[in-house]
Amino acid sequence: MTPPLTGALGQSLPHDSAPLHVTGRAPYVDDIKLPEGAIHLAFGLSTVAHGEILSIDLSDVRAAPGVVLVLTAEDFDTVPDVSPVAHDEPLLARGVVHHIGQAVFLVAAESHLAARKAARLARVTYRDLPALLTVEEALAANSRFEQGPVIWTRGDLDTGFAQAATVVEGEMEVGGQEHFYLEGQVAAAIPTEDGVHVMASTQHPTEIQHKVAHALHLPMAAVRVEMRRMGGGFGGKESQGNALAVACAVVAARLSRPAKMRYDRDDDMMITGKRHDLKIRYRAGCDAAGKITAVDVVHLIRCGWSQDLSLAVADRAMLHADNAYFIPAIRIESHRLKTNTQSATAYRGFGGPQGIVGMERIIDHLAHAMGLGPVAIMQANFYAERARGFTPPDPRGGISVSMKDEVQTTQYGMEVEDSVSGRLVAQLLQDSDYHARRAAIAEWNAGSPVLKRGIAVTPVKFGISFTLTFLNQAGALVHVYQDGSVHLSHGGTEMGQGLNQKVAQVVAGVFGLAARDIQITAADTGKVPNTSATAASSGSDLNGKAAENAALTIRDRMADFLGSKYSVPAGSVRFSGGEVLVAGESHAFAQVAGWVWQARISLSSTGFYATPKITWDRVRGQGRPFLYFAYGAAVTEVVIDTLTGENRILRADILHDTGRSLNPALDIGQVEGAYVQGAGWLTTEELVWDKRGRLTTHAPSTYKIPAVSDRPPIFNVALWSEPNREDTVGKSKAVGEPPFNLGISVLMALSDAVQACGPAYPALDAPATAERILMAVERIRA
Amino acid sequence: MAELAFLLNGTPVRLTDIAPTTTLLDWLRDARGLKGTKEGCNEGDCGACTVMVQDVQGPKALNACILFMGQLQGKAITTVEGLSHQGQPHPVQSAMVAHHGSQCGFCTPGFVMSLATAHLTGERDHDMVLAGNLCRCTGYAPIIRAAEAAALSPPPDFIFSQISTGFPKGSVLPFGAGGSGGEQPPDLDAFATWYEANPTATLIAGATDVGLWVTKQLRDLSPVAFLAPITELDHITADGDRLIIGAGVTIETLRKALTHSHPGFAHMLRRYASLQVRNAATIGGNIANGSPIGDGPPALIAMGAGLTLRKGAQRRTIPLEDFFLDYRKQDRQPGEFVESVTIPATAPDLRCYKVSKRFDQDISAVLGCFDIRTDQGLITRASIAFGGMAGIPKRARAVEQALIGRALTPEGVAAALPAFAQDFQPLSDMRASAAYRMRVAQNLLTRLALEAQGVPTDVQEVTP
Repeated sequence: MTPPLTGALGQSLPHDSAPLHVTGRAPYVDDIKLPEGAIHLAFGLSTVAHGEILSIDLSDVRAAPGVVLVLTAEDFDTVPDVSPVAHDEPLLARGVVHHIGQAVFLVAAESHLAARKAARLARVTYRDLPALLTVEEALAANSRFEQGPVIWTRGDLDTGFAQAATVVEGEMEVGGQEHFYLEGQVAAAIPTEDGVHVMASTQHPTEIQHKVAHALHLPMAAVRVEMRRMGGGFGGKESQGNALAVACAVVAARLSRPAKMRYDRDDDMMITGKRHDLKIRYRAGCDAAGKITAVDVVHLIRCGWSQDLSLAVADRAMLHADNAYFIPAIRIESHRLKTNTQSATAYRGFGGPQGIVGMERIIDHLAHAMGLGPVAIMQANFYAERARGFTPPDPRGGISVSMKDEVQTTQYGMEVEDSVSGRLVAQLLQDSDYHARRAAIAEWNAGSPVLKRGIAVTPVKFGISFTLTFLNQAGALVHVYQDGSVHLSHGGTEMGQGLNQKVAQVVAGVFGLAARDIQITAADTGKVPNTSATAASSGSDLNGKAAENAALTIRDRMADFLGSKYSVPAGSVRFSGGEVLVAGESHAFAQVAGWVWQARISLSSTGFYATPKITWDRVRGQGRPFLYFAYGAAVTEVVIDTLTGENRILRADILHDTGRSLNPALDIGQVEGAYVQGAGWLTTEELVWDKRGRLTTHAPSTYKIPAVSDRPPIFNVALWSEPNREDTVGKSKAVGEPPFNLGISVLMALSDAVQACGPAYPALDAPATAERILMAVERIRA
Repeated sequence: MAELAFLLNGTPVRLTDIAPTTTLLDWLRDARGLKGTKEGCNEGDCGACTVMVQDVQGPKALNACILFMGQLQGKAITTVEGLSHQGQPHPVQSAMVAHHGSQCGFCTPGFVMSLATAHLTGERDHDMVLAGNLCRCTGYAPIIRAAEAAALSPPPDFIFSQISTGFPKGSVLPFGAGGSGGEQPPDLDAFATWYEANPTATLIAGATDVGLWVTKQLRDLSPVAFLAPITELDHITADGDRLIIGAGVTIETLRKALTHSHPGFAHMLRRYASLQVRNAATIGGNIANGSPIGDGPPALIAMGAGLTLRKGAQRRTIPLEDFFLDYRKQDRQPGEFVESVTIPATAPDLRCYKVSKRFDQDISAVLGCFDIRTDQGLITRASIAFGGMAGIPKRARAVEQALIGRALTPEGVAAALPAFAQDFQPLSDMRASAAYRMRVAQNLLTRLALEAQGVPTDVQEVTP
């Protein structure tokens, strides 16, 4: 057992807002009462996928009850841009629309309902232009971002395939995913005497600040963005909230009135980007022992109409194309295709899951071709655990994995120093009784003509750090007041993950206080500037360290003061249990704070953190983009009905690497939630566009995220708690995205169940809806 | 001016100037400043707006986003703000905190209200209670742990004291005079007369579909009449070997009433939308709405249900299957309304198989309902109806004929499978392809035959 951390670190405290959540007293942006005169906004949306705007007749919109202002692109000298990177998303369409759901005009009215009603009264005519909807159409038209495909190669594929005893080849369709944050996109702007105060449901306040400042021709310093909490983000509020905040700021500036905008759920789904869907083409070989010799994989990624974050998403898919396996010869070709659909965006995992699911498909396919269980293939190919200077503890005994001196590198040249996949998977297989259950399932299936069970294990190795290296920085601001109370600000945003509680626990640990003694406050660009998005699972790694640094600075000042006062070394002063221990005496923290204040010593400090060690050349695809990897694995058992394709998860067992957890309860919550969300991505969550390019699944009536009965009825989640080998906050590991990939075990378990129906490989596409499962069953029985 | 009266968190509210189709959600948030009740989808699918509504029938969880103010006459509403009392949290609230049941917290008030209502009624099937509450963060496991923990504590007294003053009565204007609450007909005869004279009026029972006309289509429905006050419509009456079900009976009431007499039907109704929707939706609305994918009609048709329509003082009864003429077109005259549906007193053989993308709270891709009788192993009578396979809920007459005289075995029914192509030419949409629908419809008949032989065919019955 790892010894528990001191102070508040490592305690399973509830989410700091939980008492407010359950009583309805936690305000979200739409709940905040705006000053008098607030006006409400709605967009009018494009109804064609690609078209030249011939005319816009807004007379009925302007005449509608309550309408105050209607804007089109014509009303701006320069139409504000709302894109995160490429300056390719005008707030309102200029002359041409690029997808159904693009904003064409903006209505400001006295109520939300009045704005929505008015927005439907426009008469816009278009000249249809050819619309590219699928990756095949875009590929044929060479419609893409960047000049051509990005290709990374390591090793010699010809040699690799020549060494292979078994070669498989195939194509897999992997669907996108709507974020379905329960709180839709929302922003509000209040004019101030020399700028604007924005409240937005966003993972990226600094970007909102930047875009609003640009739109209003103001310096960033004149724009303050505040963000207390989101009702879910999942990547969908990294860039997709820009348009609402800019719209509010523009209208607020023009009318000198507060402005608020929130998307109705249907508008939200029609307008905003989703997880990138893609086609994966693959060819892979392994030797007779199951050792993979070569992998050749092509990603055809549908990016939608604008670039958004697609290049980085596609990069991360390439960075995870190996998942947890050392592949001596690998070639990855990535096409970032531009289509007339919503602009696909960040979504938990940010391309990583798309890369990983391709590799797990290859393992499943190879195992089928070899007649081996997938576990044998996995175990033959996990990155070796590095022995140099590190003896791994044996957490529960019984598992031994041979240590190798060689350090294996990924396809992008990063040494994998921390692989625990071999030991972790072995432990999970043992804990979940995998092998015995697999045998029992085969026997059960032999006696069950209609229902078939399947079981699968899939591992994950997920790289932690932003691949855009400069984003790996964070700031914090900590005040200790004269009464000993502590005020905490940091650059991260709370979207439900419990970041604020974790960072509060870090700060409490530094001061020897309880987490409840730390006053958590909203993310605020006026207090912590130049923040990165709360994304890439980095929230507590970056902000936890920054806040720790701020708190340490103050604590050192307090210790120095006491050291002088008592003529003892400052290093002998201890902060614990709300007390400060010095020279054999114990003083309340509050009392010491008062003394330090009276001594005219600052009790306020910023803190800063920049992730060490990372270097990344994205063009060459070489370097160390990640500080470390987070690992995990899941065993999932399912049952399918071969008459309808209906299916159900029966049991899930998870062992997930959180390092030394800052808060095990919150981390388990992330793992459980991510698994179910990942399972939804690959099973019931189907986005359907019609032939005109209109998304037909734009509400929960047609887009089906997991419901309560879709969770595994047996759901065993354990944390792998070996301390992070890197110097992260409390030796913890990031947890937001990595366990999302555990949902891939559901798809592979479904594949396993279908394999019980016949000899052919099921080649199951995702999402594996009941329909796709039935078609796969019929295919392999044919 | 007519007056709308109800209790809100124990406090009497009387409104004289409110549009009848204002939703409770908008009124709570905009007029009352009670922001705890959230809008997640505004169509009754996510449950973030769940509130507890009590009347003489007891407490129900309902979706406030598709609950019109005109439906609240004489009710007691509890929102999440009213669930704690003088700083004392409800056991469900404490358990949700202790078991980490909230992450982003946006769905949480809805979950809390669903759980608190179940806590009060004693319902312990948490999966059923929560099928209409979506959470994107937690994966539900901690919420279920919270529900199980809370079930160990009794309901707090203050929940009861909120309705100790009784249910308020609004001073309603004479029926037919219009007014701010919408028409609230006092009895069936008065309503029938009025509707015959006002055939363009929108009739609102549970508003689970009509609600979306307002929240999504942004339509003006006036004039509107609320059917809930007509108690004559809210009865299930035994009549010899038949049951007469009033149009105003909710799906949840029906489900409970038919659990033993019509087990196949009741079992399927467990998957009819969600508890919040079943608590509001009525069987009359489900029929009159004419949807090709409503889950009630195929089962009722397979049972040979009759439909009683009324216009003024005139009644006529037709086979339910004849009511559905074409896509969204029914045999209903202006001013005529669905009064009741009549079904056999028992339906032990009826099997209803619902296939949808998600198990709970989803619209059927295909719903197959089979009432098959055998004698000495051979099929003597077959009554089969499908939803999702045509523009209307539709009998499978060719299949039925092909089955007569066949054995109810996979081999026996195989001969009838080609007949599906005579009965149905399904469409492709976002829920399923035409090919899948056709294959599943056929396979459901095979499932029926396998089930008759005792072969396990239900993934829900497999234990881990």
